[in-house]
Amino acid sequence: MALPPLDSPQWQSPWRAFAWGLRSITQTILTLVLFATYLGIGALAHDTHFSLLWALCSTLFVWAGPAQIILITTLGSGATIIQSAIAVTVSAIRLFPMVVSVLPLMRTPTTKRRELFFAAHLTAVTLWVECHRFLPQVPRERRIAFVNGLGFGLVSVCLTANTVGYFLAANLTQTLGAAILMLTPLSFLFSTARNSREVADVVALTLGVLLYPIAAKMNSGLDILVSGLVAGTIAYGVHWWREVRA
Amino acid sequence: MSAAQLIGDWHALVVLFVAGVVPNQIWRMLGLWFGGGIDEGSELLVWVRAVATAILAGVIAQIVVEPPGALASVPDVLRYGAVGAGLVVFLLTRRSIFAGVVTGEVFMLAGKWWLG
Repeated sequence: MALPPLDSPQWQSPWRAFAWGLRSITQTILTLVLFATYLGIGALAHDTHFSLLWALCSTLFVWAGPAQIILITTLGSGATIIQSAIAVTVSAIRLFPMVVSVLPLMRTPTTKRRELFFAAHLTAVTLWVECHRFLPQVPRERRIAFVNGLGFGLVSVCLTANTVGYFLAANLTQTLGAAILMLTPLSFLFSTARNSREVADVVALTLGVLLYPIAAKMNSGLDILVSGLVAGTIAYGVHWWREVRA
Repeated sequence: MSAAQLIGDWHALVVLFVAGVVPNQIWRMLGLWFGGGIDEGSELLVWVRAVATAILAGVIAQIVVEPPGALASVPDVLRYGAVGAGLVVFLLTRRSIFAGVVTGEVFMLAGKWWLG
């Protein structure tokens, strides 16, 4: 499927643009990665004793896989609401630069802020990557409709995956249940590694994995925050040192 | 599965809102309101991105090191081996997410089957 040319009459209706956005979810491998991830999140929610409704609400209203996993694992392992909220807040900071960089792609001089509300809500790593890929092929005045369609499609895929994962975890043998849970760390590790373009990203990812078991030995309840702050700051130090030398 | 299991209690939904929804929407809405004047390449944002990536890495490690639910039935060596095998194939296939995930899963399932 190729998108119609920029001057095609296909783009005259915003609903058509929405439909083209919706159909574009079939044009990316990331849809499959999201499906696998959210299958894992559904299974994880089941095995940590959250309800299906809870899992679906988290997908709909949080719409950030890493944050959902941090929330489920921290709450599931006995952290307080405050500790979970801090870890999630810090993990979600990366949404800020994503929103800041993606919205100008669809803004026109007459765009009102409220028209961008859904696009801002739908912004997460997958949509951010796909906007940079698809939007140059979409006329500017139809981009918001296109992004809303794309996001709507991705959310629907993930809600379906959550439900399937939840029931699979409840009904599968232990081995297959374990295989579905394992999808989450694998798909996150490799999709984050793939998006790591700069040295600082690679250092942060590698050190973050290696330092967690050490931080966990301190048993402070803030293990993930401690290892994340230390590893992230060292990674920033590496970035800074390279800039200074360059 | 019972209706109570599917719907859960309102208390858990309040926790979701306080610890999940608000912490995420704050950053998105700040981006929507104040997005215009911030340089994406600024030093502060580089540090923030690095910390956010490292936190995510910690979560990945936590699931593998302290596995939840059914994953706890898989021996340590198979979980670590699955990540290692997946990583090798991911790197060999010029960063194919799909190849890495499939390899990790096959490694773990084959190991489980082989160990009985």
